[in-house]
Amino acid sequence: MSARGATGRIVPDAERRKRWLTTPEGVALPFVLASRGARAGAVAIDLFLIGAAIVLTTMALLWTAQGLGLNANLKGPAGHALQALAIVWFLAVFLARNAWFLAFELGPRGATPGKRLLGIRIAARDGGRLTTEAVIARNLVRDIELFMPLVFIGGAASSGGDTDVAGWMGLGWFALFMAMPFLNRDALRCGDMIAGTWVVEAQKRKLGQALSLAGAAAGPSATTGVTYRFGPEELSVYGEYELQALERVLRENRAETLEEVAATICGKIGWSAGAGDERAFLEAYYTQLRAHLERGMRFGRRKADKFA
Amino acid sequence: MSALGDKLAGWLGRGAAEDAARVEEAALRSDRFRLEREGDWKRLEQIVGQIERGRLKRLSDEDLLALPGLYRMTASALSIARETSLDQALVDWLETLTQRAWFAVYGPRAGLGRWLRGFLGGGWGRAVRSIGPDIVIALLTMVVGTVVGWLLVSSNPDWFYALMPGGDERQPGASRAVLERTLFGNADQDGLSVFAAMLFSNNAQVSILAFALGFACGVPTLLLLVQNTAMLGALLWLYHGQGLTFELVGWLSVHGTTELFAILLAGAAGLHVGRAIAFPGNRAVLDAAAEAGRRAALVMTGVVLMLIVAALLEAFARQLLDATLPRLVVGAFILVFWIGYLFVWRRGR
Repeated sequence: MSARGATGRIVPDAERRKRWLTTPEGVALPFVLASRGARAGAVAIDLFLIGAAIVLTTMALLWTAQGLGLNANLKGPAGHALQALAIVWFLAVFLARNAWFLAFELGPRGATPGKRLLGIRIAARDGGRLTTEAVIARNLVRDIELFMPLVFIGGAASSGGDTDVAGWMGLGWFALFMAMPFLNRDALRCGDMIAGTWVVEAQKRKLGQALSLAGAAAGPSATTGVTYRFGPEELSVYGEYELQALERVLRENRAETLEEVAATICGKIGWSAGAGDERAFLEAYYTQLRAHLERGMRFGRRKADKFA
Repeated sequence: MSALGDKLAGWLGRGAAEDAARVEEAALRSDRFRLEREGDWKRLEQIVGQIERGRLKRLSDEDLLALPGLYRMTASALSIARETSLDQALVDWLETLTQRAWFAVYGPRAGLGRWLRGFLGGGWGRAVRSIGPDIVIALLTMVVGTVVGWLLVSSNPDWFYALMPGGDERQPGASRAVLERTLFGNADQDGLSVFAAMLFSNNAQVSILAFALGFACGVPTLLLLVQNTAMLGALLWLYHGQGLTFELVGWLSVHGTTELFAILLAGAAGLHVGRAIAFPGNRAVLDAAAEAGRRAALVMTGVVLMLIVAALLEAFARQLLDATLPRLVVGAFILVFWIGYLFVWRRGR
């Protein structure tokens, strides 16, 4: 999905999910909200893991009981041992249902295994600290959003179609909670609203080389030995938007794009630079355009794009 | 900030001369800015990367101490870069790095144990006291629910079956002997501890539901409270009919003072959230909900703890104390303990 922004350019989906937060230091940081699909996927993975954990625990306990030769009719110490196993089972299921999300989201990574796999995590909506209370609050509400509807759906399925009116109403009621992430702009679920949290993408990025330090950016071209120099009027035709586009082209480094862009710039500034040395030409132009624009910035003049 | 930068660079022990040469070569002022600081940024990235991979323990103390300083330095470098540099790759990367470091610095405080100590040592009581009005409303609702249950059943005993699901021997028309047997003489019963675990997990789920339903402006929470206490009212009516009220109260009081208290708090927590959503006052609805939710979450953690205590009492203490008077004494003592701990005992004031 994409929509047109105020400038008329196409705004990609990730751009529309972008939100700005101000940290306590007063620095505005961009956050990209996790897509609803990623969150649904994360929950599915977590539920699967929880289910697997419960099954494994049950099997381990049954195996232990069998290995010890315990059965339900025993009295005395053996009966007590069986009871102890039953207690362990009840507690394990309770913990799996309630503590799974809690324990993982309280860790330093702020994400359950499902979230981590899909590269998302939780954060405080106000830019402040993510508190323990907030994590507890958002996960207590999960019960009515996830487990209760599942219980209802399971009930409806097992009764085989002749569910009564109350059953359907209950289902609709809980469906409302499940649908909550679709009913608001920030894809908040009920738990997020109560806790003051949201789910964002945990971005990672590698630092690219500074283009203005490489190749022909500062000196003569390696192939032709020519040093490209541009005058102020040749540099003032473009703005920051074009500079960024040029940066992307240089990083992608595809021969035909380089040729095309070099030809466009030559046409615009009235040069005829000849073929074969486009990369050096563009590196030099990029560096000098950046120097030109940054000098303007220092004096408080910014040029957003070529129309500005 | 630059003094701090020098210090950090010193800790790093990188080849300062080599860096200086590269800085000299750079033509652009913004590139010199970048080259001078890149070492610190890379160190922050490495520390944050370790934390993200869950290797908190492997970080050296030096690195952990340096983290907040490096984070602030990087955040301020980001502000400067936005105003002076058009190196988009750098600005984007700094944004991501600052964000990742922000997660590490402002993430949940590590150490659930320490949080729990603060919680038990006063935090719980503070949270409970801060939702006082909601506790009063929930208490009134529970009293009304009990009375309604009694009145419904006494006007038409058929209501009893509607209120109490599952037919056991406790039903209208049961003889005094049958009812008495349900209250006394179960001390040698087996399977008590399993019963306790089951009770706990069941009650905890109900109280979590009561809290979570507070999200719908608190109305379902009230209904749930009424429904649960109506059962209590119906039970009271049943035993009253055979002159066993006192005995029933004793039977209930052992664990009921804890359990009903916990349900009261869970309902109050739900109401607190519901009230904040319905009547946010001057704040935005979401802000009000978040503030109330965090407070109520503390109360709810306590509720789960109380329910563990209640289940233990129900399964062991009640069956082991086989007479009304000791049961009442234990129940009253525990009630006094909870009230004293949650409402009277204050610390750090």
